[in-house]
Amino acid sequence: MQALSYVRPADTDTAIALVAGRPDGAYLAGGTTEVDLARLDVVRPGLLVDINDLLPDCVVELQGGGVRIGSMARMSDVACSPPVVERFPMISQALLAGASAQLRNMASMGGNLCQAVRCGYFRDVASACNKRDPGRGCAALEGINRGHAILGVSDQCIATHPSDVAVALVALNAVVHTRLPGGGRTISIDDFFLLPGDTPQREHPLDHGELITAIEVPAAPVARRSVYLKFRDRQSYEFALASVAAAIRVEDGTVTEVRLALGGVGTKPWRARRAEASLLGQPADEASFTEAARQELAQASPRPQNAFKVELATRAIVRALQTLTDGGAR
Amino acid sequence: MSTDVISQAAVRGPQAGPAVLYVNGQEHGLRVEPRVSLLDALREHLGLHGSKKGCDQGTCGACTVWVDGRRVLACLTLALTCEGREVTTIEGLSTDGSLHPMQAAFIDQDAFQCGYCTPGQIMSAVALLNEGHADDDTEIAEWMSGNICRCAAYPNIRAAIRDVRDGAGGEG
Repeated sequence: MQALSYVRPADTDTAIALVAGRPDGAYLAGGTTEVDLARLDVVRPGLLVDINDLLPDCVVELQGGGVRIGSMARMSDVACSPPVVERFPMISQALLAGASAQLRNMASMGGNLCQAVRCGYFRDVASACNKRDPGRGCAALEGINRGHAILGVSDQCIATHPSDVAVALVALNAVVHTRLPGGGRTISIDDFFLLPGDTPQREHPLDHGELITAIEVPAAPVARRSVYLKFRDRQSYEFALASVAAAIRVEDGTVTEVRLALGGVGTKPWRARRAEASLLGQPADEASFTEAARQELAQASPRPQNAFKVELATRAIVRALQTLTDGGAR
Repeated sequence: MSTDVISQAAVRGPQAGPAVLYVNGQEHGLRVEPRVSLLDALREHLGLHGSKKGCDQGTCGACTVWVDGRRVLACLTLALTCEGREVTTIEGLSTDGSLHPMQAAFIDQDAFQCGYCTPGQIMSAVALLNEGHADDDTEIAEWMSGNICRCAAYPNIRAAIRDVRDGAGGEG
């Protein structure tokens, strides 16, 4: 880790001015990504601005059934927050399926959205990586890419987006609130995560110094009964090979509303819009679920090592929908 | 405006400077660079060698300590972020020379071989009981998954946790 400076400012405006005022300025929240990557020399912040005491760390219930999650709320606290557990079980389940108890105590929700990919070539400064060093090439394309993405890939980058909770947030149409030196804005969650395309170094649309203040999840009665299923190489403390956030409403045997998003398979948390469109108006049975999953995965670009993810994600979608519709299971 | 703002904020480093950490109920003055982790501050500056450095990248759990009563990873925590907070390490668990019940239970149940991960395991195990996540072995395994044991003493670690949960830990 290169030498760096540190400051714990007294208010948010000062924090924003400090980061915006230095090209090598960066925010420090839980530190689980920033300190890790700084030690690997993947990032080289010259000034870390500690925002842990500055921004809201609580979950606020919104009228009408939504919640507003402060950006400094810790993963562990959000996971057991009663309105989240009650209204959006998929968020709680996704949070608890991620990382470890220690990391969940540290990592903030805002930081979770900004976490870096876990691609081994991105983390190793000796390897070619267009995300870390644009134009240098991508060692993963012909390297060990069993865990890499099959959806949203480009010939510049195939790194999988690592977040679990972001998958649930994408399924729920969450909105990211930010502050800039000159004000603030809102960004819909699906626009927050950028596909690698020709600019894999750009993972989200935040300007330098722009600070996430809150994540708002709008009301979604369908999500009161929802699941997050995660499939991985070991049972706990591991990133997803494929995961699904799902909610579904069935009336008289017919699908009338559905939310589906995939993790572990996309370069961004993947809203499965093709599968959703395929399901609406169809009977809530295995044949429809399988057909919907196949339509979503038809756009996959697998490689020999990760081709298994097509079938894994397909089965994961079917399993999630069956779990929700099987005789009124939880 | 931003120039004023920046001059008012107390930017520290990159050189070493004075810092104050509150560890195991005691205040410690030290001089550290801002890039120094809590783990290195404890081990290299304060002589508290109980917390172990395994991976130094947040994957093994050997460095688990408590900050303000919550279990965290000292390797991914910068020391300066802990100023004004209460740090507890394995050295702070025992009182007046007698082992914490979890330490005694680890000995009773032979819950380690090489012992390198043990301080982190114990800091996590005590936190686990406080959090209320030790109803059965499945739950214990899930909520202890952030602490890796290369000797694979997991069944014994779970047995030690069960002992303390059930009040059978005793004084060793």
